[in-house]
Amino acid sequence: MIDFVRALGDRSLERLASLGRASIMWLSAIWGLPRWADVPLLIKQIYNVGVLSLVIIVMSAFSIGAVIALQFYTQLSRFGAEDAVGLGLALVLLRELGPVVTGLLFAGRAGSAVTAEIGLMKTTEQLSSMEMMGVDPLRRIVAPRLWAGVISMPLLTAMFNVVAIYGGMVVAVNWLGSDVGNFWSGMQDSVELWNDVGKGMIKSVIFAVVVTWISVYQGYDTEPTPEGIGFATTRTVVISSVMILALDFILTLSMYGEFK
Amino acid sequence: MSEAAARDTAQDNLIEIRDLVFRRGNRLIFDGLSMNVPRGGITALMGPSGCGKTTLLRIIGGQIRPDAGSVLVRGEEVTALTRGELLELRRDIGMLFQTSALFTDMSVFENVAFPLREHTELPEDTIRDLVLLKLNAVGLRGARDLMPSQLSGGMSRRVALARAIALDPCLLMYDEPFTGQDPISMGVVVTLIRRLNGALGATSLLVSHDIHETTGISDTIYILDQGKVVAGGQPSELANHASPRVRQFITGSPDGPVPFHYPADELAYDLLGGALA
Repeated sequence: MIDFVRALGDRSLERLASLGRASIMWLSAIWGLPRWADVPLLIKQIYNVGVLSLVIIVMSAFSIGAVIALQFYTQLSRFGAEDAVGLGLALVLLRELGPVVTGLLFAGRAGSAVTAEIGLMKTTEQLSSMEMMGVDPLRRIVAPRLWAGVISMPLLTAMFNVVAIYGGMVVAVNWLGSDVGNFWSGMQDSVELWNDVGKGMIKSVIFAVVVTWISVYQGYDTEPTPEGIGFATTRTVVISSVMILALDFILTLSMYGEFK
Repeated sequence: MSEAAARDTAQDNLIEIRDLVFRRGNRLIFDGLSMNVPRGGITALMGPSGCGKTTLLRIIGGQIRPDAGSVLVRGEEVTALTRGELLELRRDIGMLFQTSALFTDMSVFENVAFPLREHTELPEDTIRDLVLLKLNAVGLRGARDLMPSQLSGGMSRRVALARAIALDPCLLMYDEPFTGQDPISMGVVVTLIRRLNGALGATSLLVSHDIHETTGISDTIYILDQGKVVAGGQPSELANHASPRVRQFITGSPDGPVPFHYPADELAYDLLGGALA
């Protein structure tokens, strides 16, 4: 019993210490950036985490948009309400699926890559040697990746939404034959810039901060062995996914919740 | 010691370590270690595997803080420096890592140029000339466009050496520079360490357990055992050292005060399955 309590305390302290290390790393990295000389590094990382994620984002967006349109159409047409497909599609994507699915895909594609890359640099002493050369790896390695993630992910989310709506339109209008005018005008009438697009983007920025923070920290704090890198990448994807889904519920509740 | 005399020794020694204590978990790695690294020479630090030689280099570079004791480098107390001051100090230290630690996403040229680009505002032409000179010093000017993955172990260590000397440091630290090298590249590294130390007017501190190569190029050798310096002096003095442990290490005998066998019962007893009992 005593052992169990001690183990519990040990674990909690370890978690707390880890959270502390992560916060210190995040703060020093975020303060580290704004220098003109670092802009090329930032652009390179935006390419790595953003541009290279485009393919998976675009492909997933198209199929998700198509599937949602298909489901909406079959259900709504039973009530003769197939004109509402465009509106429903846009709301679901802008408010929920856009930021959430982009976040999950981003964690799997870019987050795990960042963790593995930084973990490998640590394991092969590249971070140590950089430190010994008087260059702060937090500024040179960590900061550009953090900023690149925070810049890329909202853009990817916007891209996701556009492609998914297009995919939905292809299914609903071009294939199932619902009216193209109604598809767009329903959307135009009811989607609000701030309430739907803006809040979705805010979600996306928050997910971006969380996912990049987790992936960079897991890489930076990895145990410097090949197994350590493997575990760290897995942890990045698992923790990021759980955090995104849990945060999404809290954010939706506070943004749209009318629970009186 | 008078104040003037203290200042004199500070001038003769680039590094002075006093009563260093360092623990990792419950294990005592250093237990009151003291040593000096004289300016201008090559000092070697030897000891059995796992005795904390690499840790000591990291303490000198300020990457790890010791639990107690003082570490003076260039007369500055490393343990008391702030992060910014440490980064400043490290520009004067070149370190060669055991794994070479080249940046895998940069070419050989960019690896050597890295410290110059980070720490100086030199124009691109000058950087190019400097990098080519450094690469020429290690004989790899022709390999400038290769990526680290295309280099052999010996070549990557030489590139790492060129990178370590890019800023003309006053202190060069080598972590196991001879490990895992074939005889030819070993010979090359030995020659380079000797030559670069003279050419740069630097001080070298080298950590190794290769007796032959180390005694060949070092001016001073310290032997570490159980967290302390157990012997120190010129290579020739150590071969006739009074302590049998030190002599065993220097001559590399398999058995002696450090036993060949891990503690166990008598062999006959074990083979008979304890039937004698």
